[in-house]
Amino acid sequence: MTSDIVFFLLAAVSVFTALMVVFSKSPIYSVMWLIACFFSIAGHYVMLNAQFLAIVHIIVYAGAIMVLMLFTVMLLNLNKESEPHKSIFTKATAVITGGMLFLVLLAAMRSTQLGAYEAPVTTDVGFVQKVGMKLFTDYMLPFEMTSVLFIAAMIGSVVLAKKERNL
Amino acid sequence: MKEVITNTPPQNWYLVLSTLLFSIGVMGVLLRRNAIIILMCIELMLNSVNLLLVSFSAYAGNTDGQVFVFFIMVVAAAEVAVGLALLVSIYRNLGSTDIDVLSKLKG
Amino acid sequence: MEQFIQPINLIGPSLLVPLLPLLGFILLTFFGKQLKTFGPWIASLLVLGSFVLSVYIFSSLGNENNLDYDLFTWLRWGDVSLNFGILIDPLSLIMLLVVTGIGFLIHLYSIGYMHHDEGFVRFFAYLNLFIFFMLLLVMGNSYLVMFIGWEGVGLCSYLLIGFWFTNDAYNDAAKKAFIMNRIGDLGFLLGMFLMLFYLGGLDYATVLGSASSMEKGAPILVAITLLMFVGAMGKSAQIPLYTWLPDAMAGPTPVSALIHAATMVTAGIYMIVRSNILYSLAPFTLEIVMWVGVATSLFAAIIGIKQNDIKKVLAYSTVSQLGLMFAALGLGAYTSGMFHVVTHAFFKALLFLGAGSVIHAMGGEQDMRRMGGLWKYIRLTAITFLIGTLAISGIFPFAGFFSKDEILAAAFHHKIVWVLLSVSSMITAFYMFRLFFLTFFTTFRGTEEEKHHLHESPWTMTLPLAVLALFAIGAGFLGMPSVMHMPHWFNGFLAPVVETSKTILGESHHVDHSTEIMLMLVATALAISSIVIAYVFYISKKSIPESDEETKGFAKWVSNKFYIDELYDRVIVKPVMVLSDIFHVVVDKLIIDLFVNASAWMVGFTGRTLRLVQTGNTGFYIFVMVIAMMVLLLIQLVQ
Repeated sequence: MTSDIVFFLLAAVSVFTALMVVFSKSPIYSVMWLIACFFSIAGHYVMLNAQFLAIVHIIVYAGAIMVLMLFTVMLLNLNKESEPHKSIFTKATAVITGGMLFLVLLAAMRSTQLGAYEAPVTTDVGFVQKVGMKLFTDYMLPFEMTSVLFIAAMIGSVVLAKKERNL
Repeated sequence: MKEVITNTPPQNWYLVLSTLLFSIGVMGVLLRRNAIIILMCIELMLNSVNLLLVSFSAYAGNTDGQVFVFFIMVVAAAEVAVGLALLVSIYRNLGSTDIDVLSKLKG
Repeated sequence: MEQFIQPINLIGPSLLVPLLPLLGFILLTFFGKQLKTFGPWIASLLVLGSFVLSVYIFSSLGNENNLDYDLFTWLRWGDVSLNFGILIDPLSLIMLLVVTGIGFLIHLYSIGYMHHDEGFVRFFAYLNLFIFFMLLLVMGNSYLVMFIGWEGVGLCSYLLIGFWFTNDAYNDAAKKAFIMNRIGDLGFLLGMFLMLFYLGGLDYATVLGSASSMEKGAPILVAITLLMFVGAMGKSAQIPLYTWLPDAMAGPTPVSALIHAATMVTAGIYMIVRSNILYSLAPFTLEIVMWVGVATSLFAAIIGIKQNDIKKVLAYSTVSQLGLMFAALGLGAYTSGMFHVVTHAFFKALLFLGAGSVIHAMGGEQDMRRMGGLWKYIRLTAITFLIGTLAISGIFPFAGFFSKDEILAAAFHHKIVWVLLSVSSMITAFYMFRLFFLTFFTTFRGTEEEKHHLHESPWTMTLPLAVLALFAIGAGFLGMPSVMHMPHWFNGFLAPVVETSKTILGESHHVDHSTEIMLMLVATALAISSIVIAYVFYISKKSIPESDEETKGFAKWVSNKFYIDELYDRVIVKPVMVLSDIFHVVVDKLIIDLFVNASAWMVGFTGRTLRLVQTGNTGFYIFVMVIAMMVLLLIQLVQ
């Protein structure tokens, strides 16, 4: 029962923080709320016995990606409510569309007959040992390829963000 | 000694939660015009999918799902790096990160 | 048979025969710039090499052994296979010797004749290519290979007629030759299709084999032979497809000598002799061949009387002589026709080269009205030309006498044909001596400048003249009439080729010796009387042909070649032009353009309309994307 309660707590935090990301006026608050949201998702990972992923998640998202975002926001000096107001009609459309999408997705999930799992089959799938074994045996090549991807992304970012001399 | 959490809630709940997070992300993309917030909403959507994958992986007892989450994180990191670089470049050229300014594709 | 080398050992040399000129063509085409001075000599020597090889094959093969060898299978479907192979038998041997021998002499001649031309090397490349295709034509062992050569020589003929391509009139002549040949080639092609369909193959062995098992006069054989004869009409310039040959004189004179007198135009005759069994089995076609030949012979001879261009006269004489050969074939005298091909090749090549030498001396002038009295300036050319003229007129003992006499003897049982052919030969003698007298006797009628320029040609040109003159005198003795009690070597040599035809056609109408002597005397008398008439007209009276404007009445018709070109222009070219105009204006501009423009407009309109969807508003795009996603999911759900 305790785990149910924990789940609901975490879920509430996740949803609330996610909504705050969307509705915050200032980008810097959005970033902060998103970090909070990521922490709650990391909590979900722990609940699901995916300890390795939980740690990686916090390191990559909260530690790296969000810091990068924060830097960008500060670098571009976006920390003011400069965003012009959208019309109420646009806002209503966005919210209604989001809600409708939620309903449609739910309906789709209901009808896909997942053979819903009541409880986990085994509990040790998320351990570092297991994930590591998978990663370095079956997924060896993709894993190595990620380095290529990173190199490409790195060079790409440098080229894009560099001050263009003759433009 | 491994600490194993047992007696987790039914998986359907996770499905509902990740759907909800995904929808919130989509709503954010539609609602906001600041490119950096749109980028964050995309991260949110990615994470909802990650959550879904992890839950399936845990409930089916299959590690492959978590490996995929790992790769998604890799891609997301790369994506954010390139996306932010683009954003900086756009801001430098147009003085704004408002996506309504980017209307060069008008036919 | 010990003295003969096994035929199989001759494959190498016989392959080299056509390959040497091909090598020359490749060398001259790709290294023409580097070979400016030596290229033509290399080309000539390669052809000489072919000639030597041909002589070697000739001496080692004899006429009783054939070399029939498939090099490779080209196509195969069902139980039909098309092979690419060579066949060397007495008939191909004769053609090989003629083509390479005369080909070499004309190469040598061209070195002198074309020396100052810009396209000196290009000319030799074409000549070598021509020799290659001609050899392919005569060496192939199937109609398919023959057809490759057939088309190839047509191409070379086109290239060489239009050799001076900056002149539009020459280009038109080249195109005319090509198109006329195409009409004939279509006949040839259809004939091949019929063979493939009804006779089960294209190689001579199969075709002639299955044909000889058919009934005499079978409709399919008549159809095939008629279609093939259409091909021969085009290539060998017979009525109604002859008009290209006189125009083909636009090419350099050695070309006229080699292609349009000695070798290519005789391809039609070669083809018919090659398929003599088919033709013998189709008497109706033989009849047609004979009448077409007779008509052409007479018609071209009449036109020849009133021509003033030295090369045009020779061209019409060629058409006329070809007609004579076809008449012989139509009479079933295949060997006689072939014999005339050989002798004609010698003396007509000689005449053309002599004419070339005259033109060379005159600095490009071709009108006989502006020549005259050239005898003392270019003695050697004049003497050899006289020999050629005597040979073509059929004066004993020159080559033409024997071959022409043989054909006339074969025609004797068919009195009308005999009379018409005799008249034709008489006219031939007349216009040839008209040509000779106008060119070499009386006084010089050209300008002072031309007179000053007159000179004998270099040795490269006079040597071929001399050699050809020797053959024009001597070639006739290859086929002595039986009255002289000497072996008829030529007929004997070709006997294996026409054996089957002999039995099909039955006993030939043999003329006895007294008749034969009578015929010879009549022919000689006619020729001499023609010469006398020509002498009276052009030497005693010193009359010169009047200028074109003064010509009247029938003469005007004749000098304008009976307006045949104009007739073709009216009846065929004009309607085609009108028809294409109609197609251009109505079908193309009105109908097709309408569809094309309408569809282009539709695309443009759709584009202009759909463009408005692209608002450039990124938010809107995302919105549409989400809606679309939802719609897709909903569709999935509803199903």
